[in-house]
Amino acid sequence: MELVCPAGNLPALKRAVDEGADAVYFGFQNTTNARQFAGLNFTHKRAREGIDYAHARGKRVFCAINTYPQPDGWALWTRAVDDAAALGVDALILADMGLLDYAARRYPNLPRHLSVQGSATSHEALRFYHEQFGIKRAVLPRVLSITQVRDLAKQSPVELEVFAFGSLCIMAEGRCYLSSYLTGESPNTRGVCSPAAHVRWEDTPEGLESRLNGVLIDRYAAGENAGYPTLCKGRFEVEGETYHAIEEPTSLNTLELLPELAELGISAVKIEGRQRSPAYVSKVAGIWREAIDRLEAAPGRFHTDPSWMAGLGEVSEGTTTTLGAYERRWK
Amino acid sequence: MAESSCSPLQLALGPVLFYWTREHYAQFYRDAADWPVDIVYLGESVCSRRRDMKLDDWLGIGRELAQSGKEVVLSSQTLIESDADLRDLRKLCDNGEFRVEANDQSAIQRCASAGLGFVGGAALNLYNTAAIGVLERAGMTRFNAPVEMSGKDVTRLLGDCREQGVKADGEIFAYGHLPLAWSSRCFTARRYQKPKDRCRFVCQKHPEGLALRSQESKEVFTLNGIQTLSGACQDLRHDVASIAASGAGVARLSPRAEGMAAVVAGFDAARRGELAAPDPLSLVEADVCDGYWHGRPGMDHSRGKTA
Repeated sequence: MELVCPAGNLPALKRAVDEGADAVYFGFQNTTNARQFAGLNFTHKRAREGIDYAHARGKRVFCAINTYPQPDGWALWTRAVDDAAALGVDALILADMGLLDYAARRYPNLPRHLSVQGSATSHEALRFYHEQFGIKRAVLPRVLSITQVRDLAKQSPVELEVFAFGSLCIMAEGRCYLSSYLTGESPNTRGVCSPAAHVRWEDTPEGLESRLNGVLIDRYAAGENAGYPTLCKGRFEVEGETYHAIEEPTSLNTLELLPELAELGISAVKIEGRQRSPAYVSKVAGIWREAIDRLEAAPGRFHTDPSWMAGLGEVSEGTTTTLGAYERRWK
Repeated sequence: MAESSCSPLQLALGPVLFYWTREHYAQFYRDAADWPVDIVYLGESVCSRRRDMKLDDWLGIGRELAQSGKEVVLSSQTLIESDADLRDLRKLCDNGEFRVEANDQSAIQRCASAGLGFVGGAALNLYNTAAIGVLERAGMTRFNAPVEMSGKDVTRLLGDCREQGVKADGEIFAYGHLPLAWSSRCFTARRYQKPKDRCRFVCQKHPEGLALRSQESKEVFTLNGIQTLSGACQDLRHDVASIAASGAGVARLSPRAEGMAAVVAGFDAARRGELAAPDPLSLVEADVCDGYWHGRPGMDHSRGKTA
């Protein structure tokens, strides 16, 4: 099973490779990738350096071009594909059907992975992408239960990659427009969710308030842990009750499912977090490397080491973790 | 902008996104048969657990609407999660009478392999000519623009399509709570602290969804089972001329539990150029928005501050 780790910048890429990632994924410094943060991502020159570093150590590099080309920007997205191909990446991670078509025609021998933003949750959808664009692998949205992943894996025409650890998107990825409803910018159009430029913090007599484009997302009492105001993780009022009406601030952690994922024939596990620090990447990559190695050495005797869980807990959002939709009860 | 005097713009009733009772659907479509809408989308596109209406029930309603001269389209489910969902989807696509609105690539795959034409749903993320061209070759005859796309972008997109020989007609979400997200979690069941598998269909008690408000009482979103809609209702009736000018052929009105006859009448008047312009000094109702079409956050209103 391949361990795929996030590289938001060159130091993170190197740490991921050093700690045992089999592959790293990165994006360019523009709206063509779904983690567009100030100061993050790669210039052409940095990408060159990173790819050389990984390849010299026998590791693979994927380039995420997984936002949707906008009506006035087609050339920006095709240039990203051209640049990635010229740099010699090992695969493209794409979501848009137009761009998949472009890449398949222009670079038939460069493997195409369907991004989680492509929202494929059934074997029929996977078959569509496979027949139309020859995708080699698909990253599954974080909405399926383990039983559903099992059914899908049996009939999938392509390799499957699943999210293993990191921030939890509760909505089917690629089909969430909540961010642009509040801010005008979304993952699909701009590669951002709840963008920082729209965030405002205010100390008020009622408590510390976080706002997104003026909309109150959450309010914290003294001593409460305040989290980034991702719009689906705030406390809202429904029928007079105020609670985390959509989702708590929590991270996905599927470490205990690792043997089952391996048994299902899942090809790769993905760590989320290109926006996180090199220290995060290093820690998470190291723990998952150890876990995968131990599983492969003795598949029947795998158990999660408490130190792994503690280590992952320290770098989790809200410092709590969940199995998310993999566990049916969560729904 | 000048009102066009003989607008070719068609009006469509979108599928009911909420879970109503059988009687409610029946009454609604009996009424709709007499409304000046050209196209009616039918079916359950949100949650596979909502089973009061079977495919045969929808086909029955569809036949009656077709008798009244409506183009009938069956909408497929947006989030496909299981083999059971796929079996239902196959039955829907193979109904033999009406075209399908494909809201997921699973439906496209089924329609394309069976040689059936289809309408592309708004969640297919068709933002560019190349993507639309791919689906046109697979059998798509009309597509819904992503809800977040501005009028300016729609105009450019449809212009580019025509220039490149892509003919698929465009449809714009013109009225209703905007469908913004789908999850495997049911937020209505969560509100009632019930697991989704034993939800007792609590969403049926909320024929226009459940309002989710900020802690200072702004309606932010609307919970509708696994779907999240906008808190405000998008209303583009004063933008009908610019929708027609964008090159789109269809404006979609998304059903609400009350007052749809008046909404349809308003849009019908607008497409004939007979709707009075809004008073620029009047306050905009707080629960109405049109931001996306005007290139702003979706919740905004082009006439400024809300009441």
